[in-house]
Amino acid sequence: MSGAQEYRSANRPLLTVEHLTMRFGGLVAVDDVSFTAFDREITAIIGPNGAGKTTVFNCLTGFYKPTVGRITLHREDGEMYLEQMEGFRIAAKGGVARTFQNIRLFPHMTVLENLMIAQHNPLMRASGFTVLGLFGFSSYKIAEKAAVDRARYWLEKIGLLEKADDEAGSLPYGDQRRLEIARAMCIDPVVLCLDEPAAGLNPRESADLNDLLKFIRDEHNIGVLLIEHDMSVVMGISDHIVVLDYGKKISDGTPEFVRNDPTVIRAYLGEEDEEETAAMTGGEG
Amino acid sequence: MADLSINAEKARALDMGALLKDAGLTAFVAFALSISLVGFQIKDASGGLQLITRFGDVAVVTAIAFIGRVLLFLLRRGRGRAVLISSAVLAAVLLLSILASMTPDSLPQAIVATARAVLPFGNVVLSSVMLIVLVVLAVRGYQVMTHSVHEMTMEERDREMDKVAARVQKISLFLGPLALVFAIALPFMPFADRRIVDIGTLVLTYVMLGWGLNIVVGLAGLLDLGYVAFYAVGAYSYALLAQYFDASFWLALPFAGIMAAAAGVTLGFPVLRLRGDYLAIVTLGFGEMIRIILLNWYQFTGGPDGLSGIPRPSFFGLPFTRRVPEGGDSFATFFGLDYSSLHRVVFLYYLILALAMITNLFTLRIRKLPIGRAWEALREDEIACRSLGINPTNTKLTAFGIGAMFGGFAGSFFATRQGFISPESFTFIESAVILAIVVLGGMGSQLGVVFASILLIGLPEIFRDLQQYRMLAFGAAMVLIMIWRPAGLLAHREPSIRLWGRDKIGKKAEVHS
Repeated sequence: MSGAQEYRSANRPLLTVEHLTMRFGGLVAVDDVSFTAFDREITAIIGPNGAGKTTVFNCLTGFYKPTVGRITLHREDGEMYLEQMEGFRIAAKGGVARTFQNIRLFPHMTVLENLMIAQHNPLMRASGFTVLGLFGFSSYKIAEKAAVDRARYWLEKIGLLEKADDEAGSLPYGDQRRLEIARAMCIDPVVLCLDEPAAGLNPRESADLNDLLKFIRDEHNIGVLLIEHDMSVVMGISDHIVVLDYGKKISDGTPEFVRNDPTVIRAYLGEEDEEETAAMTGGEG
Repeated sequence: MADLSINAEKARALDMGALLKDAGLTAFVAFALSISLVGFQIKDASGGLQLITRFGDVAVVTAIAFIGRVLLFLLRRGRGRAVLISSAVLAAVLLLSILASMTPDSLPQAIVATARAVLPFGNVVLSSVMLIVLVVLAVRGYQVMTHSVHEMTMEERDREMDKVAARVQKISLFLGPLALVFAIALPFMPFADRRIVDIGTLVLTYVMLGWGLNIVVGLAGLLDLGYVAFYAVGAYSYALLAQYFDASFWLALPFAGIMAAAAGVTLGFPVLRLRGDYLAIVTLGFGEMIRIILLNWYQFTGGPDGLSGIPRPSFFGLPFTRRVPEGGDSFATFFGLDYSSLHRVVFLYYLILALAMITNLFTLRIRKLPIGRAWEALREDEIACRSLGINPTNTKLTAFGIGAMFGGFAGSFFATRQGFISPESFTFIESAVILAIVVLGGMGSQLGVVFASILLIGLPEIFRDLQQYRMLAFGAAMVLIMIWRPAGLLAHREPSIRLWGRDKIGKKAEVHS
């Protein structure tokens, strides 16, 4: 069984998921899934609809408490067991950032404000938990300027610098997607979890997204976790793919390996459908 | 072409049947509503209650509804000229009657009597309101006649109003300071008598409460229906401290704020995991709990008897009394003034002005700090906030606590102003009024709160002569605002930080060059 096969990498392990199981009443959404995501790599989690991909994400980022399992984040300053931590602490202390399948920006706040809120915790400390900031101490002003500079850096990267003062909700869909990624990057994460970032994007925007994700991996040296249906994105940029089906891991390896794994082909396309299999494997470009 | 001309012909021909039906129906509804509300009055006369009938007033109400509906109908059908002429004639008659009835001495008796008879309800203020309505109708008629207006859809109108709100927000840079200057100068205005200053103090109390609640509802988006509880905690904190420990106002003021904030945090801790309607219900319950505790803890709070003899504030230790304290000065003797009871009234006015301005400055400042932004973000999307490492519980608690603190300050001011407090003053209706001020003003808008306070508190006080009609007007005003501006009068959000500054286009050009 190919599920027993584990992906190996020369990079440092970043996130180890062991025996993750999530039950909702009688429904087993995620069933004994184990995998490791490595530093400076893009790890894609794929699978048919309802395979439990988003549930895995919600467990990683603390929105669900897993029924069984251990999620270990290997930071340079030590290990953290994410399944024991509250959701906001996973982001604040662990440095696990995420985006959402249905975009969750702060729609009535400006683009810049969205990026400033992502830097809430360092700014909070700099403002002396509001007390110093209230009296206009310079420590806060310096920190605020640094935060604006960081926001400006990301706005330049995603090409939204000129729209910095626009309401986030008024942006076109593709811009909103990129802004959400930029906002997640503003918390200075070690892992970036993206839930279907290419959904609803046109081919041109998808290609831009690929470049952005590669840039994040290579220049910012962090691990990226990705749920995606768009195979051009998945096959084009992933270093490592984990395939889920009915809550179980059915394959785990490099894009080459997964693409040729008969279990994956069967899960995606059914037993017989040769034509679509060809379409999928042909997507490598 | 032929079809068009037929349609036009149809539009020109007025359907008298439809007109009469429409206006008659409206008049009937007005009649049915007013026959019981206006038609009968029970008066406390000697020898028991007496039933008075006022069918004349009912007839007036019905007639007004009928005429008004006819005018509106004509306006809708594009009969601008007819509306203009008839409402102008009616307005002229009304204006002459008002003028005549206001100067009874210089005119023959018969004319004055006729004029008074013409005035609906024989009331000058109500007639003036109607005069304004007629003038508005005449103007609309003129606009329809000259085709300078077109029917706007709801969305167009909303966008139009948003533009107005944005413009107001822009001029609020001047409007705010201007209002402040006016507020500072008010007690020295020639028309400012004791009553005006008292109304000003009352309005400012509600402005302060509105600004305090704005932190909780407007910024953090937590619907709090029990805000009056913190007002009560502040008031009773001061009154009880004064009663048991002889604390002065200035000593008790920060303590009242701390007590109210503590109450806010204590309440908030268990209930802030609730959202929306559920939170509203729990806060409503909390507000009632505080009031009922105050009502029933007789030994400590005096129960329904309330607490009296609450000490008045002093001006840096100088009391506002006629009797000069032994071995010291009173405010009047220290400044070499003749004693006047107005001194204290004016001082209280400035005191609440200062407290309200502190609340305002605090809010304006905290909006630009990370905590303020986190509040607004939490209002927008709590889940996104959690994913960004913001602790939702703590953030909500600070909003609740700080909002409560300002409620507490306002409460201790209320206690020292009244000199007497009882649980009667802290009923649910107070919470509702404060919330109405915040919502009508436009959630999160500081200037909106001022407008709404003047509208909801100031105007009913000024129009006290109208007795129960003012409550009717209050309700009508609320309904109108909710129809025309459901998001509140000044619902326009100003970003807490800008990259390009206000003058955005100029800056952009600079970047490009």
